[in-house]
Amino acid sequence: MKYLDEYRNEALALKLAEEIRRVVTRPWVLMEVCGGQTHSIVKYGLDHLLPPEVELVHGPGCPVCVTSLELIDRAHAIASRPDVIFCSFGDMLRVPGSAGDLLLLKSRGADVRVVYSPIDCLKIARANPDKKVVFFAIGFETTAPANAMSVWLARKQGIRNFSLLVSHVLVPPAIASILESPHNRVQGFLGPGHVCTVMGYHEYEPLAERYRVPIVISGFEPLDILQATLMLVRQLEAGVWRVENQYPRVVQQIGNRPAQELLGQVFEISDRKWRGVGEIPRSGYRLRDEFCEYDAEQIFGVAEIATQEPAECISGLILRGAKKPCDCPAFGKRCTAEHPLGATMVSSEGACAAYYAYGRHLEMRDPS
Amino acid sequence: MCLAIPGKLFETREDAHGVRMGRANFGGIVKEVCLEYTPEARPGDYILVHVGFALSRVDEDEAERTYRILEELKQLDELEELEESEPENGPGREVP
Repeated sequence: MKYLDEYRNEALALKLAEEIRRVVTRPWVLMEVCGGQTHSIVKYGLDHLLPPEVELVHGPGCPVCVTSLELIDRAHAIASRPDVIFCSFGDMLRVPGSAGDLLLLKSRGADVRVVYSPIDCLKIARANPDKKVVFFAIGFETTAPANAMSVWLARKQGIRNFSLLVSHVLVPPAIASILESPHNRVQGFLGPGHVCTVMGYHEYEPLAERYRVPIVISGFEPLDILQATLMLVRQLEAGVWRVENQYPRVVQQIGNRPAQELLGQVFEISDRKWRGVGEIPRSGYRLRDEFCEYDAEQIFGVAEIATQEPAECISGLILRGAKKPCDCPAFGKRCTAEHPLGATMVSSEGACAAYYAYGRHLEMRDPS
Repeated sequence: MCLAIPGKLFETREDAHGVRMGRANFGGIVKEVCLEYTPEARPGDYILVHVGFALSRVDEDEAERTYRILEELKQLDELEELEESEPENGPGREVP
């Protein structure tokens, strides 16, 4: 496919890796923010191409992974109701809540449906006027415009049996939270290309300045990631910290203005609890009061459900880049893709799932 | 989750509710796409699509520029290899 295949060219990938090797003189720890980037890195073995000085740690950019356990329990409470059709992206169906996952609820008769796009829910709502259609609105800034549009269109079209269970998270506060941590090791970031397609990258400039950390907005294909890594290493070696854009074919500094305008009309910034990490101030979106009649938490009175997370899974440390999947004693043993203990193993973009899918647990057993 | 894929837009229209929609081809798979956030997109353009929404028109000039930088890196390297194998005062390579 055009704009994908050419960025997977093996000869160029090897050249980029060679150039990184030529430029690097000291150890550097880099974090890729997005789960999609993590997936590419492990799938194509990009970390194995890099010189030993360059270490990649995996960031929190997997919305399925960071959706808090209590929100999943709230989703289950809503989806269990006989008058509800509960719609979600497919990834969320297998995420374990306190008592099983949404697939288990579906097997017990709940009407749980996978949709490709949130606006598909409007069709379902129109076709089922006697039911309440709820969409599990998860995602970063990339997905928020689609979810905002679904609510905006529902109001415009007079659809009243539709609502959102909102779990939106924002990248810049998460980066700040990682850099504020006393255990932080990250010295440079591969920035979130598709988040910046929507939001632009001016928000990252104060972060780079304040924490003196270079940020390179990066695409998702192997050559994108290697080129962004080279740009980061060059900045680090030169002792500078700028925001650079490796992905100008889709990212502009100002982002997508029409999307930002609708986001501002529908959502407002709120505190948000991240699974495994805890609450990060001003790190999410909630519906504005003008749209409260579309807020599933208020409609179904589930906001009081509060859940403590189990201790065994170290996904919180993995999401902050403090640990890697291989550091977890349960990884590939008690925790597998078939029987996940926590969210980073459930989502295909979670670091643990990526390591498991591409056999990194087998490398641990057989170092040869 | 933030997965977004470039597809070629080949048709645009307004749906029954006045929403700007289009159809795009993703390597042979055709999908309906909402174009409300990319009013500038025209048939023939490549658009970046996430959960049924076009978020950006792919900038072909920028795509080419990025790729050219990568290609140049490769050519530069080949040039260096060539220089290494042919010392300045050496006999050079015989043409068969």
